[in-house]
Amino acid sequence: MDEVKAMDFNTENLSSQIGEKDGIKEKLWRMCRQNKLAAVSAIVILLIILLAVFAPVIAPYGESDTSLTERLAGPSSEHILGTDYLGRDVFTRLLYGARVSLVIGVMPSIIALVVGVTLGLLAGYLGGWVDYVIMRVADVMLSIPSLLLAMVVMYIMGTSVVTLFIALSLTSWASVARVVRSQTLSLKETEYVEAARSIGVKRWTIMFRHIMPNCIPSLIVLFTLNIPSAILSESSLSFLGIGVQPPSASWGLMVNEAKQYLFTSPWLCLIPCLVIMVVVLAFNFLGDGLRDVLDPYMKKQ
Amino acid sequence: MNQENVLEIRGLKSYFFTEKGVVPAVDEVDLIVPKGKIIGLVGESGCGKSMTAKSVMGLLRFPGKIAEGSILYDGKDLAQYKDKELRKYCGKEISMIFQEPMTSLNPVLKVGRQVRETLLIHDRSLNKSQAKEKTIEIFRSVGIPEPEKRYNSYPHELSGGLRQRVMIAMAMICKPKLLIADEPTTALDVTIEAQILRLMKQLRDETGTSILIITHNLGVIAEICDYVYVMYAGKIMEQAETFELFDHTMHPYTKGLVASIPRIGKNPERLYTIPGVVPNLLHLPKGCAFSNRCQYATDRCRSEKATLICAGEDHYIRCFHVEEELAGTGGAPLQADLTQAEPEQAELTQAKPADTQSVSTEVQA
Repeated sequence: MDEVKAMDFNTENLSSQIGEKDGIKEKLWRMCRQNKLAAVSAIVILLIILLAVFAPVIAPYGESDTSLTERLAGPSSEHILGTDYLGRDVFTRLLYGARVSLVIGVMPSIIALVVGVTLGLLAGYLGGWVDYVIMRVADVMLSIPSLLLAMVVMYIMGTSVVTLFIALSLTSWASVARVVRSQTLSLKETEYVEAARSIGVKRWTIMFRHIMPNCIPSLIVLFTLNIPSAILSESSLSFLGIGVQPPSASWGLMVNEAKQYLFTSPWLCLIPCLVIMVVVLAFNFLGDGLRDVLDPYMKKQ
Repeated sequence: MNQENVLEIRGLKSYFFTEKGVVPAVDEVDLIVPKGKIIGLVGESGCGKSMTAKSVMGLLRFPGKIAEGSILYDGKDLAQYKDKELRKYCGKEISMIFQEPMTSLNPVLKVGRQVRETLLIHDRSLNKSQAKEKTIEIFRSVGIPEPEKRYNSYPHELSGGLRQRVMIAMAMICKPKLLIADEPTTALDVTIEAQILRLMKQLRDETGTSILIITHNLGVIAEICDYVYVMYAGKIMEQAETFELFDHTMHPYTKGLVASIPRIGKNPERLYTIPGVVPNLLHLPKGCAFSNRCQYATDRCRSEKATLICAGEDHYIRCFHVEEELAGTGGAPLQADLTQAEPEQAELTQAKPADTQSVSTEVQA
């Protein structure tokens, strides 16, 4: 046994010495083998995505089918998770809510990623006043409580899915920009960037084709960690009544609608809460797992 | 500008304007690269060799800057060019090979794509598949086995020698008029070094590209260079044709360098080393930059700056001793008491365990 361990150590050492690097695929596979929690999280997330995509097929009832005779019914064979105050099937609402919550989790994260990467690259590579202006704006963004900012935006621009996207991405691009900027600062000093300059590659191409791909590991991590916070923000906003508007379903909205029946029909409130918790935890665990294999530097921080 | 020359550097001063003061990394360097020749620029670490090359390519970064002087290429002064204008020349007419093949290729891009990029930037008429064909062609001509397969390799899948060949392919693909090689073989082992040098010489013969080769290894110089510049602390100390330089080494610094080449069978117990280290460029001696390490240094050396004087056919030197000797005004004759200082060409070419040598000449500052 000890011998095997020693050999493992040696090969690892050797491969790092000769500069061999795993591709991203191998690293993901390694993560799944070593980090069971991350692997389970990935499966959970995949499952929920599938459920959301095929919601119309899987759901036993329509999204807003009401049946006033069956109001506030407990779990039964007809309604697995019971019904809400309008007699709508909670399981169905959950599935449709998954669509809204996932899209709202992913879209602002993508917007934040695109904006943050672009600004971070510009700040890091160009430096000077560009860097100063971008990073000060980012500092301001990071200093305002994100939920408060989102609420202000929603109040001013009205409640719609698009404004929700804007509100949620406004708060998260700054941290992406910071990470990308710091990586760009070190990457732009590398010899291969110098070599690229020496063959006449233009600045934009250097930024997006030579530097950006090197940031991808940390970007994947940031992305997976941004999603749960966006889902949480959406739930909070919907709970406060300024996010997704009824009759569309979203997990936050379901909690909001169920709060009056917390004592009479607790499952109405608990089930969406539980789902939010599971999904957020799964994304966080996956993000942590990815960080461990993709970005050894961030692990130490 | 002489039509026979590809590159003429005139009075180049590249300074670093740091908070602690101005660092003269390159100080009044005059350097000429004639058409179809291989020119060597030799010196210890930190003496400004690479900075000279980077000045030509416009790769100096803040706080480094070309303070004065001109870099004439094809009748145009590159030192006056803005970055954007310079990029049009870089890669197409002037290109560069870097020291570390391990780090000078982007680890996340396929090598074929990186080489192809050079072509696509400078030749708009090519489409991607034509560029790919040309890339594979140049891979073959720089001796990369299975070029089609290697086209889709990532840098970490290639050995150091192959990577340096890829770098050479990248630099040569647009058939530049001038190739600057910044320590192209320092990171490679001796057999690969010989192959790479042979390849560069062969490319010069085939394409007529002039090469400026920067090295700390006199073995490399002896092997392929036509003309040599010896640099120390940002200044040219001695310049001569290769044979002339090795046959009539004059400058005490060059003598020290030559004496510290290890030679099979001839070595005394200890390898000669030049005592001391390269001075801090922030606090250079008042006189000759080498005076604090030179065994012949006199008060004059320590207080006055010598100028480059002609000491023979196309042989220039910056040293008061040689100057006085030539003028016949006395001055202690420079005895060849660094006993190994009369090298033989054949031996030099063989004696190139580069690593041992760099240890002795490169007492890092």
